[in-house]
Formats: sequence, C-alpha cells, structure tokens
Amino acid sequence: MKRVIVVAAVIAVATLAAQAATAGRSSSGPPTSIGKGEGTLTMVAWEGYLQPQWVTPFEQQTGCQIQAKYAGSSDEMVTLMRQGGGGQYDMVSASGDASLRLIYGHDVAPVNVALVKPWKQFFPAFKSPPNNTVKGVHYGISLQFGPNVLMYDTKAVKTPPTSWAAIYDPKYKGEITVPDNPIQIADAALYLSKTQPSLGITDPYELTKPQFDATVALLKKQRPLVKKYWVYASDEEQLFKGGDAVIGAAWPQAESDLLAAHVPVASLIPKEGATSWLDTWMISAKAKHPNCAYKWLNYISTPKVQAEQAVSYPETPVNSLACPFMNKLKAGSCDKFHANEPLAYYRSLKFWKTPIADCGNGKDDCMDYTAWQQAWTEIKG
Amino acid sequence: MLAETTLVAGRRRLSAFGWRRPWLRAAALLTPPLAWFVLIYLLALVALFVSAFWSVNPFTTELEHHWNVDNFTQIFQDSTLRTIALRTIWMAAAVTLTDAVLALPIAYFMARLASPRLRAALFVAVLVPLWASYLARVYSWRLILQSDGVLNWTLAKAGLPSLGVGYSLWAMWIVFSYIWLPFMILPVFAAFERIPESMLEASADLGARAWTTTRRVVLPLALPGLVAGSIFTFSLTLGDFITPQLVGGGQQLIGNVVYSSVGIANNVPFAAAYACIPVAVMAVYLLIARRLGAFEAL
Repeated sequence: MKRVIVVAAVIAVATLAAQAATAGRSSSGPPTSIGKGEGTLTMVAWEGYLQPQWVTPFEQQTGCQIQAKYAGSSDEMVTLMRQGGGGQYDMVSASGDASLRLIYGHDVAPVNVALVKPWKQFFPAFKSPPNNTVKGVHYGISLQFGPNVLMYDTKAVKTPPTSWAAIYDPKYKGEITVPDNPIQIADAALYLSKTQPSLGITDPYELTKPQFDATVALLKKQRPLVKKYWVYASDEEQLFKGGDAVIGAAWPQAESDLLAAHVPVASLIPKEGATSWLDTWMISAKAKHPNCAYKWLNYISTPKVQAEQAVSYPETPVNSLACPFMNKLKAGSCDKFHANEPLAYYRSLKFWKTPIADCGNGKDDCMDYTAWQQAWTEIKG
Repeated sequence: MLAETTLVAGRRRLSAFGWRRPWLRAAALLTPPLAWFVLIYLLALVALFVSAFWSVNPFTTELEHHWNVDNFTQIFQDSTLRTIALRTIWMAAAVTLTDAVLALPIAYFMARLASPRLRAALFVAVLVPLWASYLARVYSWRLILQSDGVLNWTLAKAGLPSLGVGYSLWAMWIVFSYIWLPFMILPVFAAFERIPESMLEASADLGARAWTTTRRVVLPLALPGLVAGSIFTFSLTLGDFITPQLVGGGQQLIGNVVYSSVGIANNVPFAAAYACIPVAVMAVYLLIARRLGAFEAL
C-alpha cells in the first residue's frame, strides 16, 4: 500500500513538472500570464538599441540581466537566431526584411499582446503591421522606425543634394559609402522607379528579372565610385571623420554621432523618398527566459522608454504617448522625428520587407532574397 | 610506510614494464596529442569536406543532406567567385614576395653582422609587435592610411601630393606585409645563422667575390628558410578575413566570402566548398616547399 502511494506521488510530481516545463513553450500557445523573471535575458540587437540609459533601470526593476550581441545586418540576425538549432538568444530586434523569414522559419513564437499593456497606446498602423503579424497572429511588438537617409559632409559638398542621384554621380568618385547589405538593392530600385518610369517599378522589394537586372547594372556602375561598403554604423562614422567619404546612404544614428563629434554633416530624405526600417522585438520559439522577455516587451513599449530610445538613436517611436517625453528630453525632437504625425510620414517611406518570388501578380516571377544576396556578392566583387 | 614501499615498487615495476616494451611507451606518450590531432583537426577537416556536398534550403536556410556537387559547380562557373579566389592567391603571393625582400637584409644583418647586443635588440624589435593585439595593429594602420591620416599628413608636410591608398587593395597589401613580416624574418634568420663561416672562407679562397659568394653560396643555403617563412606568410594571408574587412574598400578575399557565407547567409555547405580552395592551394604549395627543403629549416 505504501509503495502504491509513493508511485502515485512520483507520477503526480512528474506530470506537474512536465506541465510546468511545457507551459512556456510555443507548442501550447503563447503564455497567458507573466511569471517571475528568470534572472537573465539574452538578446540580438542593432547597435544602439540597448543603451545603459534604459537597460540599467530595467535590470534593476526586474532583476533580468541583459546579455546582448550586436548584429551588423538582418541576415546576421536571422543566422544568429537559428545557430545551434535556435534558443541561444531569447529575443531579437528584427527589421522588416528579417521578421518574415523568422516567422515562416518557425524561429520565433507568437506573442500574447494582451500581456503587453502599452501596446494599446500604439498608433493603429503599428499594432498589427504586416511585417510582424501574419493571419491575425502577432509574432512580436513593434518598436521604432526610421528612414535610410542621404548624408553628406557640408564642407565638401557645397550645394546640398536633393536626389539619390548624388550617390551614383562620378563627381564623387572614391568618396561615396553605402551599407554592405543586399537590401541596399532596394534603394537603387527606388531611385530607378522615379528616374526610369519605363521599367515599371512600383515596389522596390518586388522586382521582376528585367527590373532587377537594370537595378544591379546601376549598382555595378556605382561600384568603382564607392570608397567602402560599411558594415557597422561606426565604420561609416570613421569614414566621414577621416575624410574618406563625403556622401553616402546612412542611418540617422551616424549623423547624430558625427554631429556630437563636431564633424560637419547633414542629412535629408531625397525627393525620390527613402527606404526605411520598422523594427520588432520578437521572442525566440525556444526562448529560455520567456518571463524576462515579456517584462522587456512591457518596459520597452512604455512612452518614456520609447522616447528615450527615439531621441538617443534617433528614430520614431510607435507609442502615440511618447511625444511629450521626447520634447522633455530634447526640445523639438518630437516634431523633428515626426512622432506626432507618423501615419503621413509612414506612407512616405518604403518599409523593408523580405523579397520573395510571389509578389502578388500571380506569376511568381519576382527575384527572391537568395538572388538578391548572390547579386550583392557579384556587385561588390 | 609499508604502503609507500609498495607504491614505489609498483612504480618501478611499471617503468620496467615500459622499458621492456618500447612501443607501449611510445603509444602512451603519443596517444593524447595524436587523439587531439585526429579528433579536433583531421575530423574537422573531414567534416568540412563532407558538408561541402550538402545544400541549404534557400528560404529557411536549414541544412538539407542531399549529396550534390552544386556548390563546386557554382564556384567554377561564377566569375565573381573565380576573381575573388585569384585575387586572394595573388595577394598572398605579393605579400610573400614583399616580406621576402624585406626580411632578407634584416635577417642577414641580424645573423652575421650585428653584435650580440644589437642582435638581441633587433630580436626584441621584431617580436614586440606580436605582443600587441592583431586588431589594435590593423586599426592603427587604418588611422595611418585614411585620407586625413598620418601618411598624408606627413606627405603634405614634405610638400608631396597625398596618396589615396586607404580602404583599397594597396592598404590590404601594406597591412598584410607588415603583420606577417616577423614570421618571415625568424626562419630566414635561422637559415643564415646556420651557414658555417668556413664555407664563406672557402668561397673566397676559391676566388669568388662578395656578390658571387652571396649568389652561389649564401642565397641557396638561405632558400629553405625563405620557403619556410613563405609558408607562414602565404597561408596566413590566404585565410585572413579581418584585415580586408577593416582596411579594404569592399574587395573580398576568400576568407570574407567564407565568413559571410557562414555568419550572414548561414550557408555552411557553400562556405565549406569555397574553403576547399585555400586547402588545395596550400597542399600544392607545401609539396613544392618540401621539394625545396623547407621542412629542414623549420
């Protein structure tokens, strides 16, 4: 009799343990409540996204210590989230050209937005954008967005450029720098969509073979003009500081860093428009610290922290209540980064997305991302 | 006390056992390093070679274990990849040649002309850069070679036109040549030092002038050292990806393509296939080096 009780107890404990172990897993759907923090949170992020200014208070409030790995490109982020079968990192700040790959590759878990309270304060366009919400299922929480701008050295470039034509202009031979990233092909496609309407480019991420070939040809012509393809924003800053580049495609972060270092630069969104990122914090399907991850989603979405990151990076927050906090941190910053009118601003930008063969014309004849990657290697030579 | 005696006796018996069976002693000595070599080094090479015949799913980038030679066909057919391979081999050869030209007089001076004290000082001078981090040295070259860098500043002071070598193949060549130079100087020095004085005297006695002695006696005897050093400079350049990324302008070497195939595209099979090129090149190079007697000078 005694033995029967022991066996029953063992089975009961084992079942409970098994249930507890699977509770946080994606197989049983997203969690319905946030438990106690696990003490650690591992993340893959863009440079500048985990500044002590807002990371330290989070660590103090929640006890979740952040271990970060910075990635240089969306491709690298996808690779890091998949390496070793996934689960090495809990979270990733994925841009639109990476998020769909992660969702369709089952690398990230669905997110229960009901557990992220500030989500209700988001501008409607960023609650369920197509780059992180598929068939009504959320795979992450939108973070911030911003344009890829044209930056130039105001001392070397006397007349301010107005068009992307400047980075294809032989006048600046050996003084141009662009990101080392296949998605850069979209920038060239956007330029061609305005300057060569006969190609019929409507979406820079959906290119048929002839459109793609014309774009690649333009970039190959640009190759001898380029001083260096930059990987990290800090590389680009070094190029402008050292006088090796005077004009190029940049993130606003590089401009604010350079201005802080007294390098005379300015930036603009040229008349053709700009490509742009919209980042999403996503949780790995095999996250080891899901509670800390949800605590982070809540924290990073609050108006104050959104404003801190927006002003520091700089970029535009998705939380509609962030504007006054931004102005408190830096007067006029809300207007400058369009945080009070994001919908109109949003529409003027072409957001990064993963190029796939099916581009909605029913013919499956667009060039997919593998082709983009191969073409990029060819362009660089 | 008794236990100690037994222990000592046991040890004696063990050593006697080993002495009577030399093969066993050799096996006991060699097993750990050999196991290390086979497991870590050879198996890794085999795994590399095997995975070169697999492929990845283009959308999810998951490994697919279907045997095929697509990766190799792509390498042979793609003109960009061919250019990159040739550029790398060419760069390795240029760096090796530069280092040989620079190392010969320095090593000769150190081995045969310098006083012991000066020789020690020169040794320190050659070796000290190896104590500093590789990255720190490459970054400092970036600062030297950039447009507003030390190089152009000096040229401007001297009234010369500025050079645009920053972020180019020239920059790569200069930095590689600098970084691998000690690996060339040391074996060449060893080769020079080994030449007996009597041979030079004999050459002079037979009526040879200084240049003839250098050409017919000194250089042939230094050749194995030169080839041994070239193995280092050639193979190190062939596999490097950090210097091209930091001081280059975007022109890729084999190492960069391998690095981005693994770290960015997650295409390990393709990286493995491409990494077979330097392995093959080095195999041929080592065979030639052995013929020239380089392994006696190591």
